[in-house]
Amino acid sequence: MDYHIQQLINGISVGSIYALIALGYTMVYGIIKLINFAHGDVFMVGGFVGLFSTQILEKFLPPVPMFLAALIISMLFSAVLGVLIERLAYRPLRGASRIAVLITAVGMSFLLEYVMMAIVGPQAKGYPGIIAKKTFHLYGEIQIDSNQIMILAATIVLMLVLVYIVHKTKTGKAMRAVSFDMEAARLMGINVDRTISATFAIGSSLAAAAGVIFGMTYSSIDPLMGIMPGLKAFVAAVLGGIGSIPGALVGGLLLGTIETEVSANGFSTWRDGVAFLVLILILIFRPSGIFGKNIREKV
Amino acid sequence: MISPAVLLNVKEASRQFGGIRALTDVSIQLRTGELIGLIGPNGAGKTTLFNLLTGVYEPSRGEITLNGQSIGGKKPYQICHKGAARTFQNIRLFGEMTVAENIKIAYTQHAKYSIWSSFFRLPGYLRGEKEIEEKTDELLAIFRLSEHKDEKAKNLSYGAQRRLEIARALAARPKLLLLDEPAAGMNPNETRELMNLIRWIREEFDLTILLIEHDMSLVMGVCDRIYVLDQGKLIAEGTPDRIRNNRAVIEAYLGQEA
Amino acid sequence: MPILRKLGTFWTFLASSFVIYGVIQLLISTNAIGDVAKTTIIMIGINIILTVSLNLINGITGQFSLGHAGFMSVGAYVSAIMTLDFNVPFPLALLIGGTAAAASGAIIGIPTLRLKGDYLAIATLGFGEIIRIIFLNTEYVGGAAGLSGIPNKTTWLWLFLFTLLSVIMIQNFIRSKHGRACIAIRENEIAAEAMGINTTTYKVIAFMIGAFFAGIAGGLSAHFFYVISPSSFGFMKSFEILLMVVLGGLGSTSGAILGAIVITLLFTALAEMPELRMIIYSASLVLMMIFRPGGLLGTKEVTLSFLKKKEGNPHDIASRSA
Repeated sequence: MDYHIQQLINGISVGSIYALIALGYTMVYGIIKLINFAHGDVFMVGGFVGLFSTQILEKFLPPVPMFLAALIISMLFSAVLGVLIERLAYRPLRGASRIAVLITAVGMSFLLEYVMMAIVGPQAKGYPGIIAKKTFHLYGEIQIDSNQIMILAATIVLMLVLVYIVHKTKTGKAMRAVSFDMEAARLMGINVDRTISATFAIGSSLAAAAGVIFGMTYSSIDPLMGIMPGLKAFVAAVLGGIGSIPGALVGGLLLGTIETEVSANGFSTWRDGVAFLVLILILIFRPSGIFGKNIREKV
Repeated sequence: MISPAVLLNVKEASRQFGGIRALTDVSIQLRTGELIGLIGPNGAGKTTLFNLLTGVYEPSRGEITLNGQSIGGKKPYQICHKGAARTFQNIRLFGEMTVAENIKIAYTQHAKYSIWSSFFRLPGYLRGEKEIEEKTDELLAIFRLSEHKDEKAKNLSYGAQRRLEIARALAARPKLLLLDEPAAGMNPNETRELMNLIRWIREEFDLTILLIEHDMSLVMGVCDRIYVLDQGKLIAEGTPDRIRNNRAVIEAYLGQEA
Repeated sequence: MPILRKLGTFWTFLASSFVIYGVIQLLISTNAIGDVAKTTIIMIGINIILTVSLNLINGITGQFSLGHAGFMSVGAYVSAIMTLDFNVPFPLALLIGGTAAAASGAIIGIPTLRLKGDYLAIATLGFGEIIRIIFLNTEYVGGAAGLSGIPNKTTWLWLFLFTLLSVIMIQNFIRSKHGRACIAIRENEIAAEAMGINTTTYKVIAFMIGAFFAGIAGGLSAHFFYVISPSSFGFMKSFEILLMVVLGGLGSTSGAILGAIVITLLFTALAEMPELRMIIYSASLVLMMIFRPGGLLGTKEVTLSFLKKKEGNPHDIASRSA
């Protein structure tokens, strides 16, 4: 029993990172029906910006404020990056076929990865541990370490902020309106372009936060680190129901937990395969995901 | 009209989408060789009925038989093989394919040659293609589309596109032809031409035709009988004269006008 | 007369192919070209088979598949096992590899049938990764280290023959009623069904044929580079093949061939700078989608009649509205 609770804690940790990234996927898909393939790489960029910020700031600030400053810088930078990507690569293709946009997104993803690689080189860079890692015993064999607490805390805080934005601000209302019916929202006087940019900005900043947290937890980052987590976060979004914010959270946590279980049961080399298997199963049996709804084509 | 055998028999067909009852207990019969109209205000369920007849939807309840064979719930391509072909309310042509190629598609089921045959251009392929080419040319000539043969379908004029869709449906060699608002967007001249075309193809191709239309002059002008749907239910049936004066029908339509 | 014109194009194509064969064979026999050039030529052939087969699935049938490298890997591994462990003659090993790949094409095609657009793309990506992970975890094929010591059986002759056959067979398929059925599915699936096309069957067939030839390409590749490992068949490889098809023009066989040639040459030219190469690839893809989504040829094919064709915008699939 203890063992399973431990796995649950580990799973939720991993899953939170997926959830933070998945939120960006789900919000962008909800609003313009685009799978932003480059989103996982924004996660990676966020991690690197966090790293650079830390390297500069650690001379001036004590650990905790430095961490928060690095986090915020990274989130802001990535928000801008996300908006830029949308403006330069996706907006010109607004009327184009889905295939064209998908291809562009794939291209964008590789572009980000290899430009970063050209800048920092392909090797992994070490990430400073901001907070000294301490392990807490909960009871019995169950432990939780400071990184996991941080992940959980950060995720909860960010989720609350997101929910506030989506439900209590004008921007959030606009986002929900545009997701529901873009044309109607436009007719209601909502600035659709700006709303889409805001969606990208918010999604990207969450991914960046995940990147910083990831770097701190796993102590190293590299230019290709966004690929797998990006794909898995997408699976998580689909699992939860693409377009649904609670879905992204639930999907992320669920996927993280399943992955951890599989890995812990001795199938660690199959770990990456889990996400894809889940994806195939979901798409075959319940493509709308846990919280999603079905849309039919009119004949 | 020789044999009055029933070609299409729809018994109490119903279709529900979640809570919405699109069709309730609709029963219609088409005898071989008849030209039947299906009218009703917008949203009455006419296209839904077509979709049931052509396999796009499964009936929630009821039976549909074509030529004695049950087709309710079968897949569209199977129903096509059994002898029903249709046109669509919003024209569904294969835009990037040429006019000729659009028609050739409907011959896929008739000219039989295997994939192996096509890989290596074996005699079976050559024979099959020759037959398809000849039949296509015939149809193109009938529908005055020969000069557009190698043009992409998406580049045709609206009227020509509608003709092409009908030609394509006929290439499938159906016994039952379902036309979904074939006169939509046409001016009175074009509509009159269409009426002549429809009458002519009924004779020439030995067809039974079911036709959805809003243009009353067309419906009253060509149809032997008319069924009227309103809000998913059949509210009247009869000859054009009877329908013209039917109280329920008039109310259904007037009720629509704001 | 259209039939004569088509024959004209075909025989011209065949004749020029043989000329190319002869010239290159001469260059190779007299050692006039170095290893790098020879490798590039072989790679061009392999990539042509890959692009023409992917074009059948993506461009012709409109089923967006991002897992083509997976089919290639099945063909590579199976054919290598045949020659290494069972001493099967090379051409037969290739065919067996292709058949295995076709089977995997069916396995992937069937469950993903009703998915559309983005979802189908992601599902095929997922399947491609699953195949890679299966090979990664299978000791019999070497796991992460893969297979090495694969006999070098891919001569210019074999490569030429298989490339020529692949192109001819796929092009013949496209120009038959079966190919037309696939195009109809791409253009308007609902109408295709209504006109009697069993869209389910044809989609699976397209996957299987595309996979078969990708498997052949995989086998040819394995027996030239004599080492294969799961990492050479990841999403990156699928992306490269996709790039080649899109560059040439989605839906056009001649475009696919052109794209394969251009990108392979670029690949060789930039072999020393893999990061720069990737940056150029991806930037080109993005720019192309924005400015010229039809690629170089759109859906147009290269035929002799192009001399008589009237001017018009490249008709292309990628730029049409959803």
